[in-house]
Amino acid sequence: MASAPHVAVIGGGSTGTGIARDLSMRGVDVTLVEQGNLTHGTTGRMHGLLHSGGRYAVADQASATECIEENRVLRDIAAHCVEMTGGLFVKRPEDGESYFEEKLQGCETCGIPAEVISGEEARAIEPHLATDVDKAISVPDGAVDPFRLVVANAASAQEHGARIETHSEVTDLVVEEGEVVGVEVDHASGSGVRVHGTEGGTETIRADYVVNATGAWAGRIGDMAGVDIEVRPSKGVMTVMNTRQVDTVINRCRPKGDADIIVPHETTCILGTTDEEVDDPEEYPEEQWEVDMMLDTLSELVPMLADARTIRSFWGVRPLYEPPDVGSDDPTDITRDYFLLDHEERDGLGGMTSIVGGKFTTYRMMGEEISDHVCQKFGIDADCRTADVPLPGSEEFSVLRDYMEEFGLRSPIGRRSVERLGSRAEEVLQTDGPNPTVCGCEGVTRAEIQDAIAQSGSDLNAVRIRTRASMGNCQGGFCCHRLASELHAEYDEVTTRAAWDELLQERWKGQRHALWGQQLSQAMLNYALHATTQNRDHDPADGGAVDFGAFDSGPEPAGGHTPAGVATDGGGDGGD
Amino acid sequence: MATVAIESDVLVVGGGLAGLTSAIAAARAGCDVRLVSYKQSTLRNASGLVDLLGYTPDGDGPLTDPYAAIPQLPDAHPYRTVGVEAVRRAMELFDDSVPEYRGDHTEVNALLPTHGGTVKPTARYPAGASAGLASDGRDVLLVGFASLVDFDAPQAAAHLRATGVPFDVRGVTLEFPGDLNADAKVTRYAKLLDADGEVTVDGHQRSVRDALAERVDAERSGEARVGFPAVLGDSDPAAVRAALRGRLDADVFEVPMGPPSLPGLRLEDALFAALDDAGGRYETGNPVVDYDGTDRVETVYVEKNGARIPQRADQYVLATGGLVGKGVESDRERVYEPIFDCHVDHATDRYDWFESDAFGDHAFARFGLATDDDLRPTDSDGAVEFENLRAAGSVLGGYDFAAEKSGSGVSVATGYTAGQRAAEEAR
Repeated sequence: MASAPHVAVIGGGSTGTGIARDLSMRGVDVTLVEQGNLTHGTTGRMHGLLHSGGRYAVADQASATECIEENRVLRDIAAHCVEMTGGLFVKRPEDGESYFEEKLQGCETCGIPAEVISGEEARAIEPHLATDVDKAISVPDGAVDPFRLVVANAASAQEHGARIETHSEVTDLVVEEGEVVGVEVDHASGSGVRVHGTEGGTETIRADYVVNATGAWAGRIGDMAGVDIEVRPSKGVMTVMNTRQVDTVINRCRPKGDADIIVPHETTCILGTTDEEVDDPEEYPEEQWEVDMMLDTLSELVPMLADARTIRSFWGVRPLYEPPDVGSDDPTDITRDYFLLDHEERDGLGGMTSIVGGKFTTYRMMGEEISDHVCQKFGIDADCRTADVPLPGSEEFSVLRDYMEEFGLRSPIGRRSVERLGSRAEEVLQTDGPNPTVCGCEGVTRAEIQDAIAQSGSDLNAVRIRTRASMGNCQGGFCCHRLASELHAEYDEVTTRAAWDELLQERWKGQRHALWGQQLSQAMLNYALHATTQNRDHDPADGGAVDFGAFDSGPEPAGGHTPAGVATDGGGDGGD
Repeated sequence: MATVAIESDVLVVGGGLAGLTSAIAAARAGCDVRLVSYKQSTLRNASGLVDLLGYTPDGDGPLTDPYAAIPQLPDAHPYRTVGVEAVRRAMELFDDSVPEYRGDHTEVNALLPTHGGTVKPTARYPAGASAGLASDGRDVLLVGFASLVDFDAPQAAAHLRATGVPFDVRGVTLEFPGDLNADAKVTRYAKLLDADGEVTVDGHQRSVRDALAERVDAERSGEARVGFPAVLGDSDPAAVRAALRGRLDADVFEVPMGPPSLPGLRLEDALFAALDDAGGRYETGNPVVDYDGTDRVETVYVEKNGARIPQRADQYVLATGGLVGKGVESDRERVYEPIFDCHVDHATDRYDWFESDAFGDHAFARFGLATDDDLRPTDSDGAVEFENLRAAGSVLGGYDFAAEKSGSGVSVATGYTAGQRAAEEAR
């Protein structure tokens, strides 16, 4: 071809960034637009399970087979995002024997390595499992950091020439003569990385093809061109615990149901989930009963959860889709499979394909399929390489070198930095100045924060998802202002203050669902630090002028008009 | 019961600002006082500034005159319970007990810089913070240390400028002399400065105070005041400041920071010393776990090495703190006071305990005990729980200390009043 086609990908979740990487590796010119941060939608709101496929091995074997294939691929290409914890399907006395057998058979059918172990053996692996757990099936489930994975996909796409625009909402599709030829975009702060206070603007991005990878938001994009995309958004709660009560993924071995999984994730465990259809992927109730159900039901598997500390809860919206003729009433009956909707074939609208349904574990496979589809349209003969080429951070990944020593980091901090950064560790941690810990809960150092700021502008929530800073037990109580200070090296005070406020509010949002016991005490301490010690709730910089002259200026006239440069005793220190 | 109880006139449970003030007040009134405290006091979290009232519950402020605003507070506010005159006398006791503090020359609030770069209204401040007054017109140089992430001097300076302070302020970041670890604790800096230890700078052995002053002087362009993060000495901060002031020929002050806060810990030390001077006894590190009594508290039990040690007094003061100090606790269903199970008013639905904005008008911030006019906790019907138990400090409800900037003042005022009243009754 004379010149590469230009494809606009809408959506900066796992699917969108996966597509952007795939297409750009095949030489296609890609622009990805995302309304919020990367992972803003469903990707940033999942439990972090790298499926073995075991969960679908009875009811949805096609999905199960895809999961185990991709599980193996991701262990290879995204080693620094994946922790192979292993998983157990545990059976309680009241859970059916026949379902247990079906699960085991299903795993075999789908090629998922599975082994039955006794209750004692299960408790040897996870000592906090309930004493009456009968037995379990062991499968290769894992934990995956969705933020790290998506950022790595976006970085790889950029390395291959893609343009990534976050905080850029698609406001309309450009349709000419029955064909989509571009997108209208509203940039929150101009093109490139987000900077608070920078004036945004609209942009028309013309494209030879548009891929709608907006998941639960796909219907909105479809509406802009008058096509119906019947995504059925379904919400689920995830409750984050303060520590890893388990180190293995624990699934309940019974047919579909709420509150049946515990995923160890970094320093926490995530309990999930519910499955409730909602009308709007952004506006839906986040309810107390959902959080209570996680703790009450999952403590049947791990009793200590009943009184354990949770640090926040969040909700995600599954982008479920089923072909219009199926008509499931219950969202739990809707397939987890994905669908490629070519709007030319389906609706007579050329220039755009939507990808809907599916799940995080198979994001790469979805990207491959839609990239094949796009390449076929443009006659591009290029193989997909995303299953073979490691993501940035996972190249020649080895933690054998003593990074702690090399970078002068204390051992748990250094180990965790290297786990997060993978093969980028050297590049990131090699700094001239001192490299103190900025977020104590998650062990994140200045060098990592600065690296994230360089990638993502003044957006501290983008820094947060890249580094995990402010995501530990104190939920930013001790480090929000420190993160703001790190920004100030690059950005002015007004920008810094705006980003700081935004982070404070974001951290508060999820904690509201964890406000009892120790986390309520933590919340009060955080509130006291931010309001009492820092006076951020009445920051004079945000509000009206202060009459400084009306306040105490010291016991002796302090020389309020003393010319600068003349040292005088301001008084008050005389007694010592 | 086989064990003979430890006896005193007044037993104070809790070793924070309220408990210590109450014990000092009772001891100075001539009582035999015993104070028991469990965990590290929440003073390690506190800035060390003693706020009285900076904003009204409606958010008006910063207030210049806290005393004038007290009579307008809601009836349930602890300041209204003790009355404005008791607040004045309590502050006199504080001033007398902690001579290292300033601000007693006026009833007008002071504005002091915070480590994030705002200013906040407060009534008393450590001598070491006094040269930082925001109503003093002299120019300021703020000095931060590259490894101390809690205070970023250039950012704090820029933020202070945005608040409209009546002076020029600049911030610089220096490497602290010597080879401290990047994650060195604030006490490490402080102890090095206390001892004026030798550090190696460019291959030469220097005194740390000399080396620090030299680095600061190289950055200074005539500012009459130099502000540092609050690490200027642990045991002898006045000497550290005096040394730096002499070398720099400029006033030196500290900007309070978050936990672990040296000014907070120094205040705790000063109050324990004052309690000692007043003849009070204290033991720390062991929790009060239970009590006997129905209308009166007869005995409390302190758990020590697994044993329950009875302690008996005529009068008791409960000063165990709020949600942070664990004097008020909660679970998914309720909010409670864990030792005596005194009534804590709260909504039954825990989603009514908070607001959706981080700085909203949170109900949880006002959780705590209601009392009668004599600071005795009352039950849901308003009846006194125990005739010889008074409550002081953050265990009290009905006020949001964080929004009002009234935490220390309420602790001092109610601590003083509870201690006084207990002493009167015990006679």
